[in-house]
Amino acid sequence: MEIIYLMLIVSLLIALVFLASFIWANKTGQYDDDVTPGMRILYDDEEVKEVKEVKEVKEETNKNNQINKNGSNRSKV
Amino acid sequence: MEVIEVKYDNKIVKYFAYATIFWGVIGMLVGLVAALQLAFPDFFNDYLGYKLISFGRIRPLHTNAVIFAFVGNAIFTGVYYSMQRLLKTRMWSDKLSYINFWGWQLIIVSAVITLPMGFTSTKEYAELEWPIDIAIAVMWVIFGWNMFATILVRRVKHIYTAIWFYLATFVTVAVLHIFNSFEVPVHFMKSYSWYSGVQDALVQWWYGHNAVAFFLTTPFLGLMYYFVPKAANRPIYSYKLSIIHFWALIFIYIWAGPHHLLYSSLPDWAQSLGVVFSIMLIAPSWGGMLNGLLTLRGVWDKVRDSAVLKFFVVALTAYGMATFEGPLLSLKNINSLTHFTDWTIAHVHVGGLGWNGMLAFGMLYYLFPRLFKTELYSKSLANAHFWIATFGIVLWAIPMYWAGFSQGLMWQEFNPDGTLANPDFLTTVTALKPFYIMRSFGGLIYIIGVLLMGYNLIKTAKKEHLLTMRWLK
Ligand code: HEM
Ligand code: HEM
Repeated sequence: MEIIYLMLIVSLLIALVFLASFIWANKTGQYDDDVTPGMRILYDDEEVKEVKEVKEVKEETNKNNQINKNGSNRSKV
Repeated sequence: MEVIEVKYDNKIVKYFAYATIFWGVIGMLVGLVAALQLAFPDFFNDYLGYKLISFGRIRPLHTNAVIFAFVGNAIFTGVYYSMQRLLKTRMWSDKLSYINFWGWQLIIVSAVITLPMGFTSTKEYAELEWPIDIAIAVMWVIFGWNMFATILVRRVKHIYTAIWFYLATFVTVAVLHIFNSFEVPVHFMKSYSWYSGVQDALVQWWYGHNAVAFFLTTPFLGLMYYFVPKAANRPIYSYKLSIIHFWALIFIYIWAGPHHLLYSSLPDWAQSLGVVFSIMLIAPSWGGMLNGLLTLRGVWDKVRDSAVLKFFVVALTAYGMATFEGPLLSLKNINSLTHFTDWTIAHVHVGGLGWNGMLAFGMLYYLFPRLFKTELYSKSLANAHFWIATFGIVLWAIPMYWAGFSQGLMWQEFNPDGTLANPDFLTTVTALKPFYIMRSFGGLIYIIGVLLMGYNLIKTAKKEHLLTMRWLK
């Protein structure tokens, strides 16, 4: 059953790679926050713009949306 | 101020989504042929008798088509969609994305041609011959390369759990595929495994079990962690649990393979090792299922209205059932009844039809309206599909449990004088005919559901086409 040595070594290597990534994740603060990541995925836009711009763009679209929602298309014209 | 605009690549997601539907229909139709062959062997042998579609060739075509073509394309669909959004960046290289797409489809086509022609390495779920094995390895590495590079250029520091699942999938499938495929070619389409005897069997099931674990399970858990919260518009029940459950699952999974070789010539201690790890697996598996289901607490009213969430609920329930049953099947005394019977087949399809199928359908119904920026063509058709599919699974699975149980018992039945009650193996097979007919019917219904979905989704896509003439853009 020499094959078991090969399999053990390979399985252990995989496990070590996983372990290393686990340690990396902990060290680099991936798991410091275990609440907001779950929420953050709920907000994604079709296009990403660099952070500062996003807010402005969003506000604009919100305004437009509001105008449309109020049905006052005339104000636009 | 400079504005950097990032456009996600939705076209690649659409490509993979179409491929998922297409191969899903093909793979399941081939499964239906296999089911009918078992129900009506005379018809197929005497009237058709055509070796290209004999059971021995059709069956691996079915498994390869549903696992690597249907589930495989579903994985790519979900990964390419969710990863760009989770990392807030386009895929690192469009070129690699499309090589991944076309390469994968070519591999599938080559399987569709070579398997019926009888080219096979004879290893389950790894039947494809060596040139195709090499192509698979190359495509898989291209997929992984694109994924790693995308992670490196991400715009979000945190790597969401789903992506950890994708990464584990990539690494493990790559290693196992390569090690299981060590073979000596004798000519262009024939090779022999590097290993022999029970050693070959052990490597095969080290691979085979992990094909199940890291192709049918971990990537779909990753998809679950993205699409269930998105569809419910609720954060995952416990993000902490998702982290614990991920690491526990991947550390335990690689050691469970020997449960496929119970009572074989594999050393006893190795069998026991596999059993112990299989029992342990129930904890992280149920951790994932509960995390998904509990995400829906407080939004059950949404579940009533949304076909997408209904598909997810059944998928998670089926996952819970398969992962509860799996550890039981690993117990030696239970395995002595179920092994070689249709029980295993029922277990497989609770996983395949229930967990993989339903999750993939839910995901596609979620994706199409978003990819094409329109409403789903018909919600009632989607709901109809849900009920048809659920009914199909029940009609598929129950007869097979029954058949497995009956046949297992028949094999163990003795006369008072100690001789076998069913000395003729064939009698334990012909007794199952009614169950095979029922199973075929369940499969047929399930496929009708998939066809309804295909119609509904293509109509959804066409809607955008009519509106903007930007189809496939
Ligand atoms: C309508 C749908 C389907 C039908 C009618 C069907 C039918 C069958 C049949 C007749 C077999 C052979 C059983 C035997 O040898 O006794 C089989 C095996 C198998 N099917 Fe399906 N199938 C369907 C869908 C699926 C799906 C969606 C998956 C996975 C995602 C799947 C995965 C498998 C696997 C892995 C095996 C091999 C099981 C083993 O070796 O233990 N099937 N299927
Ligand atoms: C904790 C989780 C699980 C455990 C411990 C487990 C265990 C087992 C066992 C003991 C067998 C029967 C081996 C035999 O008698 O030949 C088996 C077969 C199988 N299981 Fe599972 N199972 C689990 C979950 C799943 C899931 C979620 C799926 C599918 C999505 C799945 C797919 C399969 C397949 C395809 C086979 C047939 C392999 C063959 O071709 O013989 N399993 N599993």
